[in-house]
Amino acid sequence: MAIGNNHMDLHRHLDYELNELRDRVLLLGGEAERALERAMDALRERDNGIAREVLDHDDRIDQLEVEVDRLCIDIIALRQPAARDLRFVISVAKMAPVLERIADHACNIARATVDLNAEPELKPNADIQRMAEHAASMLRAALDAFTANDPAAAREVIKRDTEINDLYNQIFHNLIEMMVSEPTTATRDARLLFVAKHLERIGDYVTDICELTVYMAEAAIIKHIH
Amino acid sequence: MSTPTPTIAPKFAIRESAIGTPSPAAATGAAKISVRHLNFHYGRAQALHDISLDIPERIVMALIGPSGCGKSTFLRTLNRMNDVIAGTRVEGEVTIDGRDIYAAGTDVVDLRRRVGMVFQKSNPFPKSIFDNVAYGLRINRLTASKAELAERVEQALQDAALWSEVKDRLKASALSLSGGQQQRLCIARALAIRPEVLLMDEPASALDPGATYKIEELIFELKKQYTIVIVTHNMQQAARVSDVTAFFLLGKLIEVNATEKMFTNPDEKLTEDYITGRFG
Repeated sequence: MAIGNNHMDLHRHLDYELNELRDRVLLLGGEAERALERAMDALRERDNGIAREVLDHDDRIDQLEVEVDRLCIDIIALRQPAARDLRFVISVAKMAPVLERIADHACNIARATVDLNAEPELKPNADIQRMAEHAASMLRAALDAFTANDPAAAREVIKRDTEINDLYNQIFHNLIEMMVSEPTTATRDARLLFVAKHLERIGDYVTDICELTVYMAEAAIIKHIH
Repeated sequence: MSTPTPTIAPKFAIRESAIGTPSPAAATGAAKISVRHLNFHYGRAQALHDISLDIPERIVMALIGPSGCGKSTFLRTLNRMNDVIAGTRVEGEVTIDGRDIYAAGTDVVDLRRRVGMVFQKSNPFPKSIFDNVAYGLRINRLTASKAELAERVEQALQDAALWSEVKDRLKASALSLSGGQQQRLCIARALAIRPEVLLMDEPASALDPGATYKIEELIFELKKQYTIVIVTHNMQQAARVSDVTAFFLLGKLIEVNATEKMFTNPDEKLTEDYITGRFG
């Protein structure tokens, strides 16, 4: 990368790189958001084509994560950022794998969809759809809070994880009851239970993103204490 | 530009560094050096404005700030090195162990023995390695015998991490040493008279990365016995070697804080702008 000769050129270059890093991680976030939405579309519509599209697109998401990694390493090694710049780069470096894992969970939901589609249709499970909408909405709000550097908004999103956990517990009990009362659907119920578990994990990852936003904005480490 | 008034008392928590825990005095915040309402003038020009801060014992304090901000001037007020410049004037109070170093009757030679100094450019005398280190001991008559003199020279060279490199050529000219070795020789010369405080004015700015690393390692070691105040333009160096960092701007002290806090989340926006390179 070209480095300018004077002080202000260096500043501009750092700002340029930080902006590029922000763009990359937001792109990664957008891709993770889309992967989750499309995976749930595939589940709801029993559409293997959409599920495969989610799986095929995962390589692009992995590649974006690597790009973000490289940018973070370059900026730390070559620019030695401090204070808010350092917190931003560290937050992004930790956020990128979280976003990539959210996309991995979306892929797992897409795989479960393909398996479910090979068997007779179950009665639509409104709770799972509600849980997915909640997870997607939390992810969107978390990325908005990050973009706006808004720790208060990030803290609000963290509070919403309880609703996801409550929904998961409810779905868990309902599906176990169905497995007992109707053993012929047990395999399909188990697959749906995995889908619910993936959504529950996505809620946890969204919480991680929000914690990183709070760190970025306030230098406060709030993980494990809320 | 309005600038905030920094808190005087050490509000910073001294970190436990790689060399071990800080001294009890550092942990309790007891000040080795205490500066109150210090103003310094070069003729009509005021170089320092109402500086107040405490420097705990056996820590490293880094002074950072843009060129001309007053950090070297401030450093030199701590052992009255500015006295030698005509037309300068000092107001306020600087105490070391509770004694005002600007009080009438202060023995400035004794003060500079207690508060040693290392400069940006190494300045060995055109004498042998041994004689450079022995110089202060001889003129201050600090040793009773040749054997004691040799012992003190060896100890100072060991403390400056130079002994193993020069022990077989103590009679060689100091000017035959490399730049980094010459700087460590100057540190040994300062240490030989056993000061309590060591002032360092950009001690590694003229050195290559290897020699700089040795100086920084040395500072880490010396912190066990000395209170060190270092002026540096190198922000990474300040972050690496110091426990506490003070940021100066236009002759004012903007912020003094634990180095970790200073470089991750400073209290003042001016500090943040400076260390993120967005100043001005």
